[in-house]
Amino acid sequence: MKEKIGRVVKVSGPLVVAEDIPQAEMYEMVYVSDKKLFGEIIEIKGNRSSIQVYEDTSGVGPGEPVYTTGQPLSVELGPGLIGSIYDGVQRPLDKLLKKYGDFVVRGAYEPALDRSKKWLFNPVVHKGDLLKTGDVIGEVQETPVIMHRILVPVGIEGKITDIIEKKEVTVEDVVAKIETTQGIKEVKLYQQWPVRIARPVLKRLPPDAPLITGQRVIDAFFPIAKGGTACVPGPFGSGKTVIQHQLSKWSDADIIIFIGCGERGNEMTDVLMEFPELTDPRTGRPLMERTILIANTSNMPVAAREASVFTGITMGEYYRDMGYNVALMADSTSRWAEAMREMSGRLEEMPGEEGYPAYLASRIASFYERAGRVVILGSKEKQATLSVIGAVSPPGGDLSDPVVQSTLRTVRVFWSLDAQLAYARHFPSIHWLRSYSLYADMLSDFYKKEMGEEWIDMRQEAMRILRRESELQEMVRLVGIDALSPKDRLIMETSRSIREDFLQQNAFMDIDTYTSLKKQYRMMRLIHLFHKLSMEALNKGVSLDKIISLPVRVDISRAKLIPENEMEKFDAVEKEIHNSFDNLVKEVQNV
Amino acid sequence: MSKEYVTAREISGPLLVVDHIEGAKYNEIVRIKAADGSIKNGQVLEVDGDRALIQVFEGTSGLNLGQTKIRFLGRGVEVGLSPSILGRIFDGSGRPIDGGPSVIPDKQKDINGNPMNPYARDYPSEFIQTGISAIDGLNTLVRGQKLPIFSGSGLPHAQIAAQIARQAKVLGKEEKFAVVFVAMGITFEEANFFISDFRKTGALERSVMFVNLANSPVIERIAAPRFGLTAAEYLAFDLGMHVLVILTDMTNYCEALREISAARKEVPGRRGYPGYMYTDLATMYERAGRIKGKKGSITQIPILTMPEDDKTHPIVDLTGYITEGQIFLSRNLFQQAIYPPIDVLPSLSRLKDKGIGEGKTREDHPDVLNQLFAAYARGREVRELAVVLGESALTKTDLIFVRFADEFEQKFVKQGEYENRSIEETLDIGWELLSMLPVSELKRVRPQFIKKYLSKYTKEENVKDVA
Repeated sequence: MKEKIGRVVKVSGPLVVAEDIPQAEMYEMVYVSDKKLFGEIIEIKGNRSSIQVYEDTSGVGPGEPVYTTGQPLSVELGPGLIGSIYDGVQRPLDKLLKKYGDFVVRGAYEPALDRSKKWLFNPVVHKGDLLKTGDVIGEVQETPVIMHRILVPVGIEGKITDIIEKKEVTVEDVVAKIETTQGIKEVKLYQQWPVRIARPVLKRLPPDAPLITGQRVIDAFFPIAKGGTACVPGPFGSGKTVIQHQLSKWSDADIIIFIGCGERGNEMTDVLMEFPELTDPRTGRPLMERTILIANTSNMPVAAREASVFTGITMGEYYRDMGYNVALMADSTSRWAEAMREMSGRLEEMPGEEGYPAYLASRIASFYERAGRVVILGSKEKQATLSVIGAVSPPGGDLSDPVVQSTLRTVRVFWSLDAQLAYARHFPSIHWLRSYSLYADMLSDFYKKEMGEEWIDMRQEAMRILRRESELQEMVRLVGIDALSPKDRLIMETSRSIREDFLQQNAFMDIDTYTSLKKQYRMMRLIHLFHKLSMEALNKGVSLDKIISLPVRVDISRAKLIPENEMEKFDAVEKEIHNSFDNLVKEVQNV
Repeated sequence: MSKEYVTAREISGPLLVVDHIEGAKYNEIVRIKAADGSIKNGQVLEVDGDRALIQVFEGTSGLNLGQTKIRFLGRGVEVGLSPSILGRIFDGSGRPIDGGPSVIPDKQKDINGNPMNPYARDYPSEFIQTGISAIDGLNTLVRGQKLPIFSGSGLPHAQIAAQIARQAKVLGKEEKFAVVFVAMGITFEEANFFISDFRKTGALERSVMFVNLANSPVIERIAAPRFGLTAAEYLAFDLGMHVLVILTDMTNYCEALREISAARKEVPGRRGYPGYMYTDLATMYERAGRIKGKKGSITQIPILTMPEDDKTHPIVDLTGYITEGQIFLSRNLFQQAIYPPIDVLPSLSRLKDKGIGEGKTREDHPDVLNQLFAAYARGREVRELAVVLGESALTKTDLIFVRFADEFEQKFVKQGEYENRSIEETLDIGWELLSMLPVSELKRVRPQFIKKYLSKYTKEENVKDVA
């Protein structure tokens, strides 16, 4: 493969310019110098090609060779991805550690999928069957929860001429042969796919079900659909990463892909150490058995950071093509955009806003557009989804940042994180007035079916109270709390209860970190009931102070600590609320 | 062996362009001999054909075109390391300036290092007691963390850093401990404060200092922290020591970076700082941490002075996005004579959750922390309201919160420069303050802890209500 050689003429950080690369193609993968530093051609001018190199280029100089591969930057797709941790260009970090030690050295290479590991392949088709692209040939139990379906690779269609029996094979063994119009093609357990090209689907569909996350503010107010897109912008310290971690831990997707893109090394370690310990509430198995991690921390080469989101989403599409619901988290897309900016600067391209390249918006859009609910290829026409949630880290938390603005034009859910809420340790610090979800209406049928008709009303009522609170707060600031009518003060109290007893959720407390829809409904109903009865009591002449000092309010505030399997405790609290108000009203009537 | 070139073509700021060279490599080190015979060091920033762009560490003064001799050394910038670096003081290029002999190296290391494999990292979870309540109680520091101090000019960040260096310890353990101190563009007086403080407390023998003063060459500021961190990696991962790295002042570092970027005529990013500043800072900050199976650790405390106390300034902002939290100093508290003037609300330690609680500090710590934060935040909010409306407009509960906020600043945050509080003392002060509040307001604390700890400070029947 590597007989074709070009020559380095210029080195400037991660950008290397080479001359006379034979048949250089855009986005072709090349190896620079005898150190075999791995890079990608990103610009061709005459006989000069600009190469972005995914490793540190110290010690490289003019005259050194550049080896071509004739292939675009691709990832390996096959069994063994789940539970792995890769860098931005799909090098397995665990294997690099064994081979090269605690630090990532240059030119380090290991194949993404273990070549010696044996997988038990179980064929599901027979010799002579006619198969289309995307049809399942056989299955491999990748982890106890994930059945890896071996698909007919894209572009291949025809009659099976050969298929092996159920037996243990490595990823490189041929498991089937298919007779196509272009001759006989071999199928192995793994295939390759260029990361910058979206894997094809049969048809795209609008989303119809929410991605249940167990996070109250998200599920109840700003839901994301399965196959949807969301972004979480916020200044540092506002809890972006915790939200991303919570979603990857608890959302009800089959497969989670977590991309640590230019972020902190210790955060990746946190994920790595925690996920094997945590169990998935639905399967009871360790979360790591459904997770793929991509870690390109901020100190790792910047060009590989640029590639990392594409590496991740390609893997996501691959599992989607097996019929799974996949959720992908990218933390943070700002670092990805900055990597683009850095490369663009070194290419001396004309800068757009804030020095970002002019193609920033289209690049961001092309990434998020790879999400969706789709009918996958194959004769069975099955449905699957790929949801994408991207964190954005705007400088100074300024939402006019070009990365935020370009992202908002593409995504449908906006969780706006607020520094003031974070300072007050209101977590998750998703601001209820500034955030939105364009899926809320689309999903209301689902919620009506799952949680009852009244849920939608309760939710709207809660939003109304929260909105009213912010108006009243303005007023309080001007004239003081005494100027408010008892009813308005009640609204302030209820609103505080919604904020503190419902929206706030402690990610680090075992019992509070995940709330089922059912419990969310019961919690909301308590607050709703208390508010309704308070209004009635006020109308009957009960004083507000008496209502506020009812001891049952403590029970409401502690409702989040009621375990999922003791839902009957909610009945007791509701009964107590009714009793408290009966007594208050009786007192007034007796006087 | 290697050729000497006299083909310098252009000198601009700290940069030198040399023509007609052969075989220069990116990032390699060059030795430059000026017309008067003085020797300077430089590094290749870019090679384009037969032309190289070199940044000169000691500055370009005294260089001319024609007589300047340039030799390419074929290796990156390296530092010679041995256990005898402890107790020594070096300049920003790693040369001893304490009058002692040069170091006989056991090991040569490239100062840029390699990125730590995220898979090799061990999660920082060992609580470091700094003896400062606002840090230990609310923004807990753990081993392997990078926790910057965001300060402003005139604020006592140096005292706080010195106090941490003096008092920091891991509970119940006696281990090899070292301090690496890197000064970048600070004044002689400030550097001297650290040196004499370290000398006074005996910390100097277990310290390594890299000092680049305000009047030292700007370009050395870029190399100084890398020398320091390479030394820290050696002490931590080769010698198994726990290393605390103090980097001061990162603002000067970033300005040096901007100076070079401007000299190279690069497209500037925000406020003239180069677009790659995030990546550049990350390659330093990310060198903090622990490695699985290795004894040592690197904990970083970078100090930066926020220009005009502006926390949206790119230096502050980018640092905050890389580090695991931050300690904010407040001018307002400083003016009220509160030392340390730590504003706990915007301060944050991201790694605290794994370093506190049962078995680490005390079981009630997480709850107390959340409650103190929430109560202080509410107190501050109401206090601001009272400024507008007058105290008479506040409810009875609100007034209690205002008093709480005042007391919190005076009793919890404020302490002496030489006062070393244990974590128990810190938490007990927390409980004492929380006892001012009605028990029904203590929503963040689990009832069993209210019962166990609050009873010391409040009447029995109040606590009974909770259960």
